[in-house]
Amino acid sequence: MTTTYSKANILPPPSESSTLWGWARKNLFKTWYDTLLTFFILGVLYALIRPFIAWAIGKAQWEVVQVNFRLLMVGQYPAAETWRAWLCLYLLAGILGLSLGVWARQKPWLSAILLLSPVLLVFYPDLSSEARNRLLGLALTALLAFAFGRWRGARLGRAAVILWVLYFPAVLIIIRGGGLLENLAPAVPTSLWGGLMLTFLLTVVGILFSFPLGVLLALGRRSSLPAARWVSITYIEVIRGVPLVTILFMSSVMVPLFLPSGVRPDRVLRAMIGITLFTAAYLAENVRGGLQAIPRGQFEAAHALGLSGFHTMALIILPQALRTVIPVIMGLFIALFKDTSLVATIGLLELLGISRSILAQPQYVSFQREVYLFISLIYWIFSYGMSYASRRLETRLGVGER
Amino acid sequence: MSRKLLTLFILFIIPALVIAGCRPSTPATSPAGGAPAQPVVETVEVVRTVVVTVEVPVPGEAPAATPQVKIEVAQAPGFGDTLKAVQARGNVICGVNGQLPGFSFLDPQGNFSGFDADFCRALAAAIFGDPSKVEFRATTTQERFTVLQTGEIDVLMRNTTWTLVRDTELGLNFTATTFYDGQGIMVPKDSGIASLQDLEGGTICVQKGTTTELNLADVMATEGISYTPAVFDDVNATYGAYAEGRCDAVTSDKSQLSSVAKGLLPDPDNHVILDVTLSKEPLGPVVRHGDDQWLDIVKWTIFATFAAEEYGISSANVDEIRSSTENPELKRLLGLEGDLGAKLGLSNDFAYNIIKLVGNYSEIYDRSLGENTPTFIPRGLNSLYTNGGLLYSPPFR
Repeated sequence: MTTTYSKANILPPPSESSTLWGWARKNLFKTWYDTLLTFFILGVLYALIRPFIAWAIGKAQWEVVQVNFRLLMVGQYPAAETWRAWLCLYLLAGILGLSLGVWARQKPWLSAILLLSPVLLVFYPDLSSEARNRLLGLALTALLAFAFGRWRGARLGRAAVILWVLYFPAVLIIIRGGGLLENLAPAVPTSLWGGLMLTFLLTVVGILFSFPLGVLLALGRRSSLPAARWVSITYIEVIRGVPLVTILFMSSVMVPLFLPSGVRPDRVLRAMIGITLFTAAYLAENVRGGLQAIPRGQFEAAHALGLSGFHTMALIILPQALRTVIPVIMGLFIALFKDTSLVATIGLLELLGISRSILAQPQYVSFQREVYLFISLIYWIFSYGMSYASRRLETRLGVGER
Repeated sequence: MSRKLLTLFILFIIPALVIAGCRPSTPATSPAGGAPAQPVVETVEVVRTVVVTVEVPVPGEAPAATPQVKIEVAQAPGFGDTLKAVQARGNVICGVNGQLPGFSFLDPQGNFSGFDADFCRALAAAIFGDPSKVEFRATTTQERFTVLQTGEIDVLMRNTTWTLVRDTELGLNFTATTFYDGQGIMVPKDSGIASLQDLEGGTICVQKGTTTELNLADVMATEGISYTPAVFDDVNATYGAYAEGRCDAVTSDKSQLSSVAKGLLPDPDNHVILDVTLSKEPLGPVVRHGDDQWLDIVKWTIFATFAAEEYGISSANVDEIRSSTENPELKRLLGLEGDLGAKLGLSNDFAYNIIKLVGNYSEIYDRSLGENTPTFIPRGLNSLYTNGGLLYSPPFR
């Protein structure tokens, strides 16, 4: 028995109204109690936010941030050498523009707005004309790279990846200076690194070095060789059983006691090593999760094809495993970015440390709210940026779809 | 299973043994072990001899004709090492707090400023004749002694109270006191309270479980003043209650009152610190045990600033006084006569450099803690002994 549908019985497809009003009517004012709730919540939000806005615009004195802006950004880094920090920004703008041009082909105007955002800062009052020109140049570089990326398209994909990989070591070399670059960029001791720049460098080094170490530890933990397995397990479990702040204290207070007197290990380097070792242990566990998610059939298929153990890992298993754990790893890196603020407790002047130092300036001791709000905003912008980038990466690599 | 456990056990035991084996060979200055400096003294093998000239004054003869007797004095092995290392490196590494208003903080240009920072500069001026040859190292409370013991810094110029235990067990030497801190009392400006007696029957905010609370009770009992303590758990609550007017006064260390407290009060300018001191907190530079020359250099750098204030020499008039003075002590101090500087291993005009380039004690004090600064602390005990304070320099001869 077949059912026949007359034309009259078929309902029209539900219309998805995409206008703002349509959305609001569907989600906010569908019923009378929805409307009541909406207004109630709006009222509460207004009551909560209004004093904050009033304070932020009227009462807060942002002079403390303005006067100490350079300290907050690069710390005690010599003023004559700040061009190096700008150079790193220019490189970043270029690579970012190129990548967006190559990959974000759907909504070019969105990327263009993002790349033009430095221009918005130009309207910030009391900006020196030098900084203004540099910001304009930054946006211009990004846009040019973006146009180039769009023009050449996917052919540049591999180049963009290589540029990203080279970028972070290059930043370290540019900021550090010395060595072969001595004439062009004299070495700046790490004791003068500070502010957002130090926070950024600690994060970058943490990510760069903890990643290979973490993958090795994860492989080691699943290895059939008892020595490799036990060393990995011991390492991972010992480090994961200790808070980061303890490791940092160990590196700053205990390590020098075991070294011969007169040996002065670099403090920033010590903090970087501490952070890297700590993150690697967590990363290893995340990667292990990814490895265990790979079905046994994949190993067997690789085996059947005659691939060696190394090739199985490098070509079949790891690419799949790492793709699976991208969200977790990015979460770990965001946490790492924020955890770098712990180095303030061992006397390094990264973003939080330098804020505390600024708050000790006698004329600004009572401006804690302004300074802390400002640095929270910076932390938020970067954390959200990383989170957004990771979501784009997931969509691109089709995590959870394949 | 048991084999696995055995492997694990061995893996833990081996590092433990290695660490245990290494332990005794670490320097005896380790604070954790609490090992006294005794072992260092026992392992002394090399005794350096230093030639010291001793002047034997002969009455009625000009100083130039003074016969000089050379004797050799045995010095501990570390003697002179710090100065050599500092000169080779080209700067003094000075451990500071870095986050204490008035004492050491970063100014907007990225330079360390404040009372402690200026004494670091005075030390650099004494050694190099250039106050900028200092590398400042912000240290936290936890690591301050370790970085000094391990030689990461040359001198600790941080708010650290001189106590017997620190002077002995930690292997450190306190050189001289630059700031006599002590528990103070802060009141609103318009309250009309000017002395402890005015607080009779009043309420005083104090932080719980600190020596501050005990000191207050002791002093008030001794003075026979009745008061109500309002005790709070932490710093923020204490000053919060005071700001709300729940107490007539708040008590803490003076340096804290002038800095932290004011940061936590909405109207910091409407409060004053009374000129009374309830406890002893002498703060000053600290150096490692084992290099007495360095100890002397730091000590006499401080004394030079005291002496300069006592004789009325400031950075403004030092050149004039140097060219006109007939006072033999001033001549020696400013390096015109004798070789006081050479005895410290420095140039003879070290004190002149300190005064000229950094200033005398009152200049250093007024720059950071004087009346015209937001972190004003009355001089009180930090006045010269001639003004009823405790600053007293031994004679320069």
